Amino acid sequence: MTLIKTAVGRRSFLKSTAVAGGGMMLGFSWLASCQSKTEAEVLAMPKEWFEINSYLKIGDNGVVTIVSPNPEFGQNVRTSMPMLIAEELDVDWEKVIVEQAPYHAKKYGMQFTGGSRGIMSRWEPLRMTGATARHMLRTAAAEAWEVPVAEITTDAGVLHHKASGKSAGYGEMAAAAGKIPVPTEVKLKEVKDFKLIGTSRKNVDGKDIVTGKPMFGVDYHQEGMLFAMIEHPPAFGMTLKSVDDTAVKAMSGIKDVVTIKSYKDGYEKGGFDTNAFAEIVAIVGNSTWEVMQAKKQLKVEWQPITAYTEKIKGFRGDITEKHIPAGLESTTIHNARMAELAAKPGKIVREDGNPDAAFKNAAKIIERSYSAPFLAHNCMEPMNSFAHVQGDKVKIAAPLQIPALIIPTIAASLEIPAENIEMDITRMGGGFGRRAYSHYIVEAALISKQVNAPVKLMYTREDDMTHGIYRPTYQATYRAALDENNNLTALHVKAGGIPESPLFANRFPAGALDNYKAEEWVIDSNITIGAFRAPRSNFMAGAEQSFLDEVAEAAGKDPIQFRLDLLKRAQEKPVGEKNDYDAARYAGVLELVREKANWAEKPANVSRGVSAYFCHSTYAAHVLDMTIEAGKPVVQKVACAIDCGIVVNPDAAKNMAEGAITDGIGNALYGELTFKDGVPEKKNYDQYRMIRMSEAPKEIDVHFVQNEIKPTGMGEPPFPPIFGAMANAMYQATGKRSYRQPFLGNKQILG
Amino acid sequence: MATYKLNINGKQRQVEVAPETPMLWVLRDHLNMVGTKYGCGIAQCGACTVHLDGVAMRSCQLPVSAMKDKKITTIEGLSDNGIHPVQQAWLEHDVPQCGYCQAGQIMSAAALLKDNPNPSDSDIDVAMNGNICRCGTYTRIKAAIKTAAKMG
Repeated sequence: MTLIKTAVGRRSFLKSTAVAGGGMMLGFSWLASCQSKTEAEVLAMPKEWFEINSYLKIGDNGVVTIVSPNPEFGQNVRTSMPMLIAEELDVDWEKVIVEQAPYHAKKYGMQFTGGSRGIMSRWEPLRMTGATARHMLRTAAAEAWEVPVAEITTDAGVLHHKASGKSAGYGEMAAAAGKIPVPTEVKLKEVKDFKLIGTSRKNVDGKDIVTGKPMFGVDYHQEGMLFAMIEHPPAFGMTLKSVDDTAVKAMSGIKDVVTIKSYKDGYEKGGFDTNAFAEIVAIVGNSTWEVMQAKKQLKVEWQPITAYTEKIKGFRGDITEKHIPAGLESTTIHNARMAELAAKPGKIVREDGNPDAAFKNAAKIIERSYSAPFLAHNCMEPMNSFAHVQGDKVKIAAPLQIPALIIPTIAASLEIPAENIEMDITRMGGGFGRRAYSHYIVEAALISKQVNAPVKLMYTREDDMTHGIYRPTYQATYRAALDENNNLTALHVKAGGIPESPLFANRFPAGALDNYKAEEWVIDSNITIGAFRAPRSNFMAGAEQSFLDEVAEAAGKDPIQFRLDLLKRAQEKPVGEKNDYDAARYAGVLELVREKANWAEKPANVSRGVSAYFCHSTYAAHVLDMTIEAGKPVVQKVACAIDCGIVVNPDAAKNMAEGAITDGIGNALYGELTFKDGVPEKKNYDQYRMIRMSEAPKEIDVHFVQNEIKPTGMGEPPFPPIFGAMANAMYQATGKRSYRQPFLGNKQILG
Repeated sequence: MATYKLNINGKQRQVEVAPETPMLWVLRDHLNMVGTKYGCGIAQCGACTVHLDGVAMRSCQLPVSAMKDKKITTIEGLSDNGIHPVQQAWLEHDVPQCGYCQAGQIMSAAALLKDNPNPSDSDIDVAMNGNICRCGTYTRIKAAIKTAAKMG
């Protein structure tokens, strides 16, 4: 049994609200689909709602509204987070309505969708919310029936007192429960007692999605709102010089053309204020199509930027300096510079034993280099935001991952107090890290302020793809020293990127080797980068797991057994003290995938690759089977094993893993953004190749390690290792190793 | 600007827009029917798929002026309350992740099954290749189409 304090630090999330016991009909937001049932269905149910705390409202008929705090971008937290509350509340899941929380730091804490942290960070707090409410309901029943609270049991939304035979639905006790003081501690259920957690529950938004209900940022509508689009510099390294809007202002449906500057001079940027194009032009009009036509006619002059250094304030108030060079960058120059730095000594981040001596004494040295290009996130819903500035207040509705991180910027740019910002969090049509950088909200707000009207800003696909905040381009060189018996005696990794290093010096195989060295380097750039599903890991996993495959082959060992032998060493006699993984759990997913893929009996007609990786506190391993048909790689099957601790909603977690696998195969084979003189060379899906139905794996078989460990990350961990599994299977199929992503690019066939 | 009478989901609608305005924006901006999505504007992603006289078409490429005497069906009108077999199968397989592309996927799938009630894997590949799902739900989409085919 877990006993948990209901106050976290100085703050209790569970204060009874003033309305408790008063009974009130709560208002519903414009977005009917921010609730999991339609407004009509909801209204047909309870006559009165009682607010127990900021997460919970109980209707007089026992229907429960659970507020889902975090932004939803397809990871299905709007189902799995309310499940955590419902589990401890002990309520019938069929009687639960889910409502999306607006941004409200005091009520909902850190509303953070990113880093696979959602369920990990909410695991105890949300269960506590449910357990607290259940305790208050039980106390209310005990008082009403004048019996000890310990004798009150619950079952699926009904309170019972066995001795007297009394029972009451939660709805009957909700008014009284709202007046009960919040207990200082509550007991959480044992894992073995879970009824809901660990069972597959359908996406609460499924029906709204398949019937096309409004729910995304671009669907937001307010009477009288205007439509806006931006024009940003065509190249990185350029900024606004002047605009000639005379012709455009005379066009049909065009209201205004304005220039905006996203940051006040001297504003101290946070780590998520990334934006290469702070000064831009916006066109505002009556409809999207009219604005699009005007955008094509707009005459803007751009000029080169000068180099500058900016200070970035991190999460903990730490200040880092970032140097932004001038100039128009090209991929050919990037690649040449990366090769140059890769050949020079880097910054040594970790060194165990004496790697230099081990390499000197090696019977055989294997050295291989890997690289990957910039990638655009390409969320299907382009960046957008609604904003309505009125005096010193602003109403925002937008799809974004981390509201709290853009609030200070909006406040500073509009010169209004942060508490005057009201923000609805809409569903996101994809995020993948891109919507952690929500400069588009600041832009919408500044446009609204200038035109003095409610405005919906939307990027075109071209604006979205060419605006920056990409996955960086990376390079890594691995070296392995083998002795005369083909034992791996040392490993050396040197990795870098533009403009960030992908290195994780303390991850496997660090800790498994007596002699190990990790170095890194960085090249500055004016092309902006940002988190992209499993940042850095999404490159390192592929490089490392491809290299280990090659080393295993050189050592004459089975690739899974080779990794397991290294992990055994890391478990039994780890080298160093900073290793950031659990070798036993790492080995666990390899063993599980070996069994589930039937590794020992590979079908004769397929080529097979294995890969495993650890990130976001979770372990994932894949075995990928492929064939080559008419010169094209065809993924027949991916078997996947994941250890993310307790799985809250197994089928939804499987869906995430399937998506990560398909996404990873797509990026390994096709994903690439290149530059010529600062200009992104792909602007839309006719040029930027995305994985499509005919290229998706024919079968994906996901398995979870069964344990009682607190949940860890799920959205990102299955993504990085699939790059390695794809590369290793392609080697088996073609006899050629793949070192440079994308493996196929825009080519239709291999070779 | 001109006035256009449109037949959308069996209802007569009237809009006043420029003749070249694509149906995608007529639906979204002028009729506030936002189930049909913008993804690329160049018929490469399928998010804006609607049925024109029962045929799957990219609404970003359909000028309103060409809609005379045509029957337009959008995701909102595919069925009453989501009971079309494709919608039901989508729910059974819990297909969506972010959900943004799914209206277009469903419209493409429904058109496929109308013409080809028992599609093979390669029939599905061909019919659905124009619809991008960035979340990568293709395996579930394929399974759901097969389930919908059985439901008839």
